[in-house]
Formats: sequence, C-alpha cells, structure tokens
Amino acid sequence: MSQTKSRPAGRKVLLMATCLSDVFFADMAKATVEVLEAVGCEVIFPEAQTCCGQPAFNSGDFPAAEKIGRYTAEVFAGDLPVIVPSGSCAAMHFHGSQLLFEDKADTEEVESLAGRTWELFDFLVNGLGVKQWAGTLNKKIALHHSCHTRGSDTGAAMETLLSSIEGVELVEVGTPEQCCGFGGTFSVTFPHLSGEIGQVKLDSVLEQSPDLLVSADMSCLMHMGGLAEKQNKNIETRHAVQVLRDVGLKQR
Amino acid sequence: MSKSVQPIDVFARDLPRETRDAVLSSVMTRVAGRKAKLEEDYGDPDALRRLAGEVKQHTLEHLDEYLEQAEAALLKNGAKVHFASTAEDAREQVLAILNENGSKRVVKSKSMVTEEIHLNDYLEKNGVECVETDLGEFIIQIDEDTPSHIVQPIIHKNRRQVAESFEEHGLGEYNDDPQTITRRARKHLREKYLQSDAGMTGANFVSAESGRLVVVTNEGNARFGMAANGLHIALVGIEKVVPRDKDLGLFLNLLGRSATAQQLTVYTQFIKGPRSAEQPSGPEQMHVIFLDNGRSKVLASKERDILRCIRCGACLNVCPVYRQTSGHGYRAVYGGPVGAVLSPLLAGDDFPKYADLPKASSLCGACNEVCPVNIPIPELLLRLRSRANQEGIKSAGSPPMAPFAKLATSPKLWRTAMTASKAMNHLPITMMPVKPLQAWLKIRTLPKWSGGEFRRWMKERGRN
Repeated sequence: MSQTKSRPAGRKVLLMATCLSDVFFADMAKATVEVLEAVGCEVIFPEAQTCCGQPAFNSGDFPAAEKIGRYTAEVFAGDLPVIVPSGSCAAMHFHGSQLLFEDKADTEEVESLAGRTWELFDFLVNGLGVKQWAGTLNKKIALHHSCHTRGSDTGAAMETLLSSIEGVELVEVGTPEQCCGFGGTFSVTFPHLSGEIGQVKLDSVLEQSPDLLVSADMSCLMHMGGLAEKQNKNIETRHAVQVLRDVGLKQR
Repeated sequence: MSKSVQPIDVFARDLPRETRDAVLSSVMTRVAGRKAKLEEDYGDPDALRRLAGEVKQHTLEHLDEYLEQAEAALLKNGAKVHFASTAEDAREQVLAILNENGSKRVVKSKSMVTEEIHLNDYLEKNGVECVETDLGEFIIQIDEDTPSHIVQPIIHKNRRQVAESFEEHGLGEYNDDPQTITRRARKHLREKYLQSDAGMTGANFVSAESGRLVVVTNEGNARFGMAANGLHIALVGIEKVVPRDKDLGLFLNLLGRSATAQQLTVYTQFIKGPRSAEQPSGPEQMHVIFLDNGRSKVLASKERDILRCIRCGACLNVCPVYRQTSGHGYRAVYGGPVGAVLSPLLAGDDFPKYADLPKASSLCGACNEVCPVNIPIPELLLRLRSRANQEGIKSAGSPPMAPFAKLATSPKLWRTAMTASKAMNHLPITMMPVKPLQAWLKIRTLPKWSGGEFRRWMKERGRN
C-alpha cells in the first residue's frame, strides 16, 4: 500500500536494520549504511531495536504484536525519517499498524513512526531524489518484487536505480504477481504449499538464466535461494542495496 | 522428516499432479487475460475497482433500506418476494413453491448460493428432479462431485476425465473432443428443458431501484430454462443488491473482465418481473427468495467488506495457495481467498471448524490487487486470525507469540539471543509445533549465520 501522508526526508536518518539482519544478513545491513552514507546521509542506529512485530501480527496474536509495535515506536521516537531495507517490515509500520492499532488509545507514537517510515529504495529515489547510480556492472538481473511492496513506489524506485547502472540488464520474471511462498511462519506451518509456491516462482526465475536474483526484501531471497541451493541450482541472490554498494560508493 | 499438519497443506501434497496442472494452466490464462482486457479498455482500471468497491460498501451500509426498495419494486412488477433466514428456510420455500405448482422437474442455471444451501440433494430427496444446465455444473452433477471454482466449476478436471464420465453415464462412447462433449451435453439437456416445469436461477445483481435481476451466463442456459416453462424461482443472497440500474454498467463491465476476460458475458439477462403487458415473454410466475444464511451476522462484523464480493473468481485465479489446492482444499462451497474469509464467517457457531483457513495464506495481497470491488482480503484474513487467537481456538501451527514479544521488547535479551550460537531457537519459527527448522531444511538451506556481526561493525565504526 502506498502512503499518502508526506514523510520527512532529511539526510539525518534512523536505520531499522530488521531482525533478519541481526541473524543472517549483516552484509545487507552494512551495505544499507554505506549506501545511505554515500548519498550524504548521517545514519543513526538505535541499539535497542529488535523487530517490527510482524511475526506476531501475522499469527493473529495482536496483543503480542501491539506490545512489540509500541516498543519499536518508542525506540524510533522523534521526528527523523526511519529507513528500512525491507518492503515487508516497512509495510508493517505504515500499513499493518493501522489495523493493529485501530480503536486503540495512545497511538501518537505508532502513528508518528508510520508517518516517518520509508522503505530504503523509495527513500533514495523519492525521498532524496537519487535517480542515478554511477558505476558499471555487466550482469543480467532478475528482479523480484516482494508482495509487501505491492502498490508502493519501491518496485519502480529499485528499477530506476538498478537500470541506471551501466551494463545492467534487467529481465522480466514470469508470474510477476506470484508470491515466493515464504510468508514468514507460513513457510513452516504450511511446508508443502510454501515449497510448491516457491518452486513455481523459482522456475520462472531460472527460465531467464539471470546472473543475479535481486529484491528489496531479504526474506524472499532467503526462501528462493534456499530452495535453489537445496536443489543444487545455481542462482546468486543479492539485496538491491548490496548491488548498489558493490557497484561503487563514490556517488557525489 | 517434517510432517504437514494443516489439512489444506496435506490436501495440496496429496493432490494428483494432473489435477494441479489443470488448475494451474487454466488460472494462468485467466490472469493474463483479465489484466490485458482491463488495461486495453480502461486508462485506470484501478479507479474503476475502487469506485465499484465504494458503491458496494455503501450498499452494504444501507442494506436494510435497499432490500426494502428492491422488494417493493419487485412486488410492483408482479413478482413474489420471500425472505429466508437460513439454508433450511430457503430449501423449504423452494419446495413449497414447486409443490404449489405441482412442479417435479426443475432446470437450474449455475448458482453458488444453491450450492451453499445444498438444494439439489434436498429436492431430489423430495421427489423433484433438478438438472444443472451449465455445462460445467452438469458435469459436476453427473460425477457427484462439487465445484472447485466459483466461475469454472470443473477447473480440476481435464477433458479426458470428462469424456470418461460421459461414457460412464451413457452420453456416448469415449470422445474427448470438447465440441463433441458440448454437443452431447446440449442434446441431453434440450430434452430436460422441454420436460421441465420450473426454471431456477441465482442473480448476479438486483437493482433496488427497479427490482431488475441480472443473470449472466455464457451458455444462454438461464434464458433457455426460463423460456421453456411458466415458473421462475430466483434464489439470491441479500448482498446482491445494488442501488440503481445505472450502477449495473459499472459492475457488469468489471464482472466479465475480472471473471473471464470478456468485455461482457455472452448472455446478460435483465429480469424485471413475470410475464406482463410490458414484458410479453417469460414465465407467468416469478418468485425471488432473498437468502440471509449468516450474512446479517457477517454484516454486523468487522469483516463485512467480504459481502461486497461479486463472485468473479479473480482472487482464486491469482492466489498462489489456490493454484496448488483447487477449491476442494478449502473444504467448503467457497474456496480461494474469498472462501478463506467467507466460509469461517458463514459457518456461524462452527467458526472453529474453519479457523485454519484464514491462516492458509502468505498474505501476499494479490487477491486484493485484482478484486473488482477492492475487498481488503489480507486484512480480513488477519482479523479472522486475531479472532481465532482471541477465542483460544487451537489449530495446528499457531505459534505462541508471547515469548517472542517478551524477547522483542527486552533489548538486552534480544541482543544476547541474536548473537548466541543457539539464537535460532529464539526465532518464532522454531517455537512452533511442527518441528519448523526441519520443515524448513527439508527443502531449503539456511543462509550462513552472522548473528551480532552487524551490531559489532556499527560499534567499531562509531569508535573510529
């Protein structure tokens, strides 16, 4: 869902690295910091941050999700933009929280967080006006648009920046509307469905024989990459921000 | 070895490949066709969907008034109007009307709402022959099967299976040519029309303003069924009402394109009332039965938006879960995303029986994106998950989230958990009763562990 309110877009920002970065994807979080700094941002990382609360929310445990949501809103209090390198976690802030906190009192902080949250690529392109990424990368890239960026500006922003890199060939992946099958806890509570859905997606990706599979959400890449590796199918996955970082950080 | 515990997951696992492939190839064609047709014909199809959603929502919020208007208009046009609060009431009302007229042979056009109340079985038990005249529904009927799609009831069958079934039921020796199959069904059904003494339909829309019922088909079977005899009974869900005749243009334009990638369904009938001076053809008697069957309760709930549904099936076609299961995986009349919301709600006190269905979704949102009346299906699924949680309904795979919430609101604990070697044990997926890590690793690898690395790196940079 797209956001309607205008959001702050200064160059002093708070980073929400996501819980997956805490556990698996340290390099993606580092790339996020480096790319933001390369375009002139001062990146503040509130150490008390944990999770956006989506696992509890999607499980229907709204009280648990509310607790985490309020906690996170407190950690990111203030008036600075909050940048999230995940379309899914960002959507939890500005979309999920609307449902979670409907009819609830004392929601100023969560509303404030919702109004200041940006998915990273949306922020770079539409918040800061960065529309070019200098550098060369001779690779064929298959873009995966994660489901939680549906209707948002993230997909177009990611395409803008990646296609501005010299040598990059972006290829269309079949079944563009279809989910990768991850869905958080869905992937293990519905193991067969999740695997088969992922397989449909993976087959569409492999059909294009891309050099890289790229997305704005690490969780989708973790799922598709994990499926591919188990089947000894060679597909390298990268978060779009890692691609930018690898291409070069001298941007000004 | 991981084991599926969710009924729908087990169903998908055990579904024959052949069936799944039939479903998958059919829905993919529909998805592509729908998109192309809408984009070809409209500059901003999304604006149209949103508008239609608003009209339907408005109607729902004033449903009592619009139903009264529709009733008054229908009465004025000479139709008889009945209200059925339960499936049982509706079945009895249909039978009573048939009995009053001495009708013993009914021809019926496709109607999900008659599926919902299991009308055919009831009529058969009461000595009334009830023949489905939609080709797909006819095949379902001779196979004693149930529809697995709202619009394409036999999406789970291929033509070989249909040919075998026709042979078995004495409709000619094996021939799987679709045209031959259709011709044979037509010949068989023509006889049934001629023998019939009542025609039954549903309705896609009812205009409150004029009482006009709209019935769309691609086979002309509803029209045929009405032409052949003097009694027409329409069974209609109360949510089918729209305010005005002029609203029908909006909905018909969306329905055909969303359902079958057609600008307009081949036959679109507007039925205002029984035969009259104004309307010189058609049955002499027209009965309209408005069915509640749990809808009022849905209307009073926070999931009321689901009643906007115009049964186009677009959400089924686009749903990654439906694509793996067909409608039968949902164990109810309505399958797919709309069914995952509607079935638990219409079940009333049996809600717990279907409380697992709203969980059978990755919440990808594709359903909302294609819905011609813009129903926020993922949000409704979440509301139902929350309701199941609040009501303490235990179903497989509901992870206890309180420990995770504790962890995620205690920064020190969190950091320790994330950097410790056993940190995987603290993620919600490992707290579930299905041995999740094994479930994951059975078909996927996990990335290399880098717990705590990013935080250390940030700290180091802070020092320099």
